[in-house]
Amino acid sequence: MNEKIMEMLIRGIGETLYMTFGSVITGYLIGLPLGILLYVTGPVGLKENKVIYRILDFVCNIIRSIPFLILLILLIPFTRFVVGQSYGSTATIVPLVICAAPYIARVVESSLTDVDTGVIEAAKSMGASNFQIITKVLLVEARTSLMTGFTITTGLLLGYSAMSGTVGGGGLGDIAVRYGYYRWQTDIMLVTVALLIIIFQIIQMIGTGVSAKFDHRKR
Amino acid sequence: MSVIEIKNLTKKFEIDGHSVKALDHVSLSIEKGEIYGIIGMSGAGKSTLVRSINYLERPSEGSIFVDGVELGNLTEKELRKTRSNIGMIFQSFNLLEQKNVSDNICFPLLIGGIKRKEAMERAKELLRLVGLEEKEKAYPSQLSGGQKQRVAIARALATNPKILLCDEATSALDPRTTASILRLLKEINIKLGITIVIITHQMSVITDVCNRVAIIDGGKVVEQGSVDEIFAKPSSDAAKELLANQKDLYTPREKLHEARRIRIVFRENSAFEPVIANVILKCQVPINILQANTRNVGGKAVGEMLLGLPEDEKKQEEIMTLLRNAGLSVSDTEYVLENGEVEQNE
Repeated sequence: MNEKIMEMLIRGIGETLYMTFGSVITGYLIGLPLGILLYVTGPVGLKENKVIYRILDFVCNIIRSIPFLILLILLIPFTRFVVGQSYGSTATIVPLVICAAPYIARVVESSLTDVDTGVIEAAKSMGASNFQIITKVLLVEARTSLMTGFTITTGLLLGYSAMSGTVGGGGLGDIAVRYGYYRWQTDIMLVTVALLIIIFQIIQMIGTGVSAKFDHRKR
Repeated sequence: MSVIEIKNLTKKFEIDGHSVKALDHVSLSIEKGEIYGIIGMSGAGKSTLVRSINYLERPSEGSIFVDGVELGNLTEKELRKTRSNIGMIFQSFNLLEQKNVSDNICFPLLIGGIKRKEAMERAKELLRLVGLEEKEKAYPSQLSGGQKQRVAIARALATNPKILLCDEATSALDPRTTASILRLLKEINIKLGITIVIITHQMSVITDVCNRVAIIDGGKVVEQGSVDEIFAKPSSDAAKELLANQKDLYTPREKLHEARRIRIVFRENSAFEPVIANVILKCQVPINILQANTRNVGGKAVGEMLLGLPEDEKKQEEIMTLLRNAGLSVSDTEYVLENGEVEQNE
């Protein structure tokens, strides 16, 4: 393998990681508060609000039901408006975030719903405010499950970032499509796939390890 | 003035368009420093009742006064302040699983705005009180049920509350652990002068520690009064039913003041012999049977009795020797029998 290809692959890895983590982190900035809001206004929440819950619920479901590839194309004008161009790694982060945020919101909601209601009641009985219950009880007690959710989301976005290669998104997926699909260079495609698998494994391993380390429920 | 005053409390729940009355015009007053028991079968509404005392459940009608203040008139903020003066413990302990023991105890202090260092000091103090100093850094998953409840008690006491609510606090524990938790509650009641409200379905819990009791059935208080009174003359069906389920009979405490009390333990077949009758015939003195509890364990009669002996010390020794010779283990005792617990001396 010549140097140019190596260089391209390394840049591809960098772009892939940039897209994945860029979209996961931005996604959580939107999705985490959204998920908390879903939980709080939801049927078992601290401050049930049917109107807010139904609107959020509806929006989340709509976005999640659009296939990512279609969303990528639908959002081109919006992406161009935000980033200034519709191709490249940074541009790909926009549809990735739009796709990830409702997904993250759901994952967060489900993690929070799993927190024992008895513990929440105990906190209430001690005079905790709703804000204290969210920050000091819910997010703490659900942290293992939240970290697992983070790992799953990261894995999902790694896959989606590769998919964006079809529309010139950059990263390993882009390389796989350009060389493997358009130029019939199967070897390069196989290398990129192997790299994606390795990255995925590392993310999963770190995620599982960290969430187990912070879990004090069973020892 | 009563520390807790419940007036005409009614609580309705809407379930599938039907209105269900969990509590129906309940009125109770609980005095400062007493241990008040509320007993009823499952679904009688007792959990809803105890949750109304700190307004975790808002009444549909009626009012709750704590220290003369009506909770319904308070703002959210004032209500939270009031709640921090009412400790509460639960059947399922409800500890924060991801925080260690001392962080759990610090929790109510930290949310109340107390400095961490000060809170840690207080946690140490409380751990000493509940006898778990060495578990400071343990996580709840590493503790037994009884230890978890002790931590929960320490946590509930952290803010120096005037009232402690116990919602089926011993229902998930075995009889021996139940007895030790009840002893701790009693100790706290005496040491700190805290008013304790105990919700339970176990009559033995009431007889062990409560001064007064209310029996609730179908959301209504069907009977209330001192524990001794209700045991002597249960008037409601619910009270009679609860008493019928009670395995060992209750002995009012004041009747236990005998010159000397001893506890005898039967093993194997000695329970079938008329040991006590023989001793009475031989010594020609009355022996008072204060409490008795025998049962069949694998075909053998095992059990224990509390006896009150006459004042004459010579006679006391004579009786005890005779009992020992009959193959019983004999010891002096200060306490009444713990609920149905039979100690088998090997």
